Amino acid sequence: MCGIAGVIYRNQNGGQRIGRDMTSMLQSMRHRGPDSTGFALYRAPTEDLIVRIKLADSTAPRDIEFEHDVRRRRRDAESRLRAAGAKILSTESVNEYTFTATLEYDGDIKRLADYVESVPHTEVLSLGHSLEIVKDLGDARSVSSAYGLDDYFGSHGIGHVRMATESDVDIANAHPYWAYPFSDVAVVHNGQLTNYHQWRRRLEANGHRFASMCDSEIIAVYLANRMENGDSLEDAMHHSLEDLDGVFTYMCVSEDALGVAKDDLAAKPLVLYEGDDMVALASEEIAIRAIIDREIETYDPYESTVMVWTL
Amino acid sequence: MDTVKLESEPLGEPIYDARGLVELDARVPKVAEIHGEHAQFDARNMTTRRINMELRWLLYELGVREVTVLNPGARHSLGAGILTRCKINFEGSLGYFALGMIDGPEVRIAGRVGWSACENMMSGVVVIESNAGSLTAAAIRGGDVVVKGQVGARTGIDQKGGTVIVLGDAGSMTGFMMQRGRQILCGNVGPGLGDSMYDGEIYVAGSVKSLGIDCVEGEWTAADTELIERKFRIYGLGSPPQFQKFVCGKKLYNYDALEPSERKLVL
Repeated sequence: MCGIAGVIYRNQNGGQRIGRDMTSMLQSMRHRGPDSTGFALYRAPTEDLIVRIKLADSTAPRDIEFEHDVRRRRRDAESRLRAAGAKILSTESVNEYTFTATLEYDGDIKRLADYVESVPHTEVLSLGHSLEIVKDLGDARSVSSAYGLDDYFGSHGIGHVRMATESDVDIANAHPYWAYPFSDVAVVHNGQLTNYHQWRRRLEANGHRFASMCDSEIIAVYLANRMENGDSLEDAMHHSLEDLDGVFTYMCVSEDALGVAKDDLAAKPLVLYEGDDMVALASEEIAIRAIIDREIETYDPYESTVMVWTL
Repeated sequence: MDTVKLESEPLGEPIYDARGLVELDARVPKVAEIHGEHAQFDARNMTTRRINMELRWLLYELGVREVTVLNPGARHSLGAGILTRCKINFEGSLGYFALGMIDGPEVRIAGRVGWSACENMMSGVVVIESNAGSLTAAAIRGGDVVVKGQVGARTGIDQKGGTVIVLGDAGSMTGFMMQRGRQILCGNVGPGLGDSMYDGEIYVAGSVKSLGIDCVEGEWTAADTELIERKFRIYGLGSPPQFQKFVCGKKLYNYDALEPSERKLVL
């Protein structure tokens, strides 16, 4: 089933409590997916590049080696960052197996990510000037409090509660997916894609990497591939309606925009509220009402819809 | 009936119960203000199950004829399975599976509804003042469902009777596998209208993006005019626009297993 939600505050300089809003929205839909919860949150872009790196999965056994392995991988990851040409301005441990690094770097993003991911069991969760992806097992409230999202201020974000159907329950298979190697682009998806293997083979041949076995990851990589070839985010999303087969409603966010696309069967739900200063959308209205505590005008967008809102 | 004062159960901290599946041992909250045959209660801090229990208690045990529910908060499954003649007013939006399987109530919703509203409804009237999600009036057998806004996809899928009236637009596959009943659609309709329908009538005032398999334009009769005028009069919808009628082409009634080349030989 899965549940997706997104919110964008427009013309408000990005000072909204986006972390708390997304937590409330996702928590109210936890019956749609109790396995894992993920957030992609955006704040005002900085000059520096922020990279969030996962060093082990949360389900990894906490044996005698665990702490040692994580410490070693972190040291290796940091040295690879430096080797790729980045200057590490600061690092911060998020939890025992995730850390963020603030970098001074103006080189190739793909090269940087590939350098880090050449360390075994290491994955770049997000990379960008304003994007941060947080995902872990558990419901929205527990993930949010573990990562301190209540105090996250920003302009827009998307989130996902997962009921796993096709792949394992772990962080690698949790949404949102970062559109490797595009900084600041992330995707959440509700549905199933039936031409996943076809597209995976095609995209892998084009040099893209996949971090999981989850069909939803194909959307992020597909959009990245399109944008690499010159498409805008909106154009890439329009093409995806033709190219992706299956049932889906997905949301995609970039540094300054939030978009949503629905398949031509309108098989997966989406409720949309468009206010003057904010747009909120979710699989169920109950999620939107979790942040807007009054009667509002909402509707279901139709089949084959692509909509994009900018800041 | 005089005003009844009853002891109410303290509500306490609301339990997470989006689908009304937990709280199996919940008791009726008994918080409604009852004035004669009319009752009203605020659902803001109540769980789905408790709201439905309160409704049933008022309608079945106290014999109240009209209930107003304040702040339903887009919760799912509200008013499902009410099997008595009564009036229910929801002063706000409802979530998924609202008013499923009802038999008899006259319901007004001052807001929108999510997916699968009025599913399997047997009789009664449901008036939705705003929009409705997909699968509205799925498999209804009787009664009227009036949506004053737009509806999502697959409205009246597997409809077996009753009337669906939509003042706004309708999405794809409207009337999919419809078996009986009527749909009066005043706006534009998406692709696949009446796909694989068996019987029934679909009236469309706006444009139709495409017809589904075996859905064809039907012949207009005086009975059609009478029906539409009557329904518009009952619900105070003004003067009806010009409609086109669509029915089943009945080409799919018999399975034709012949390949085109075989058909040539037979003929």
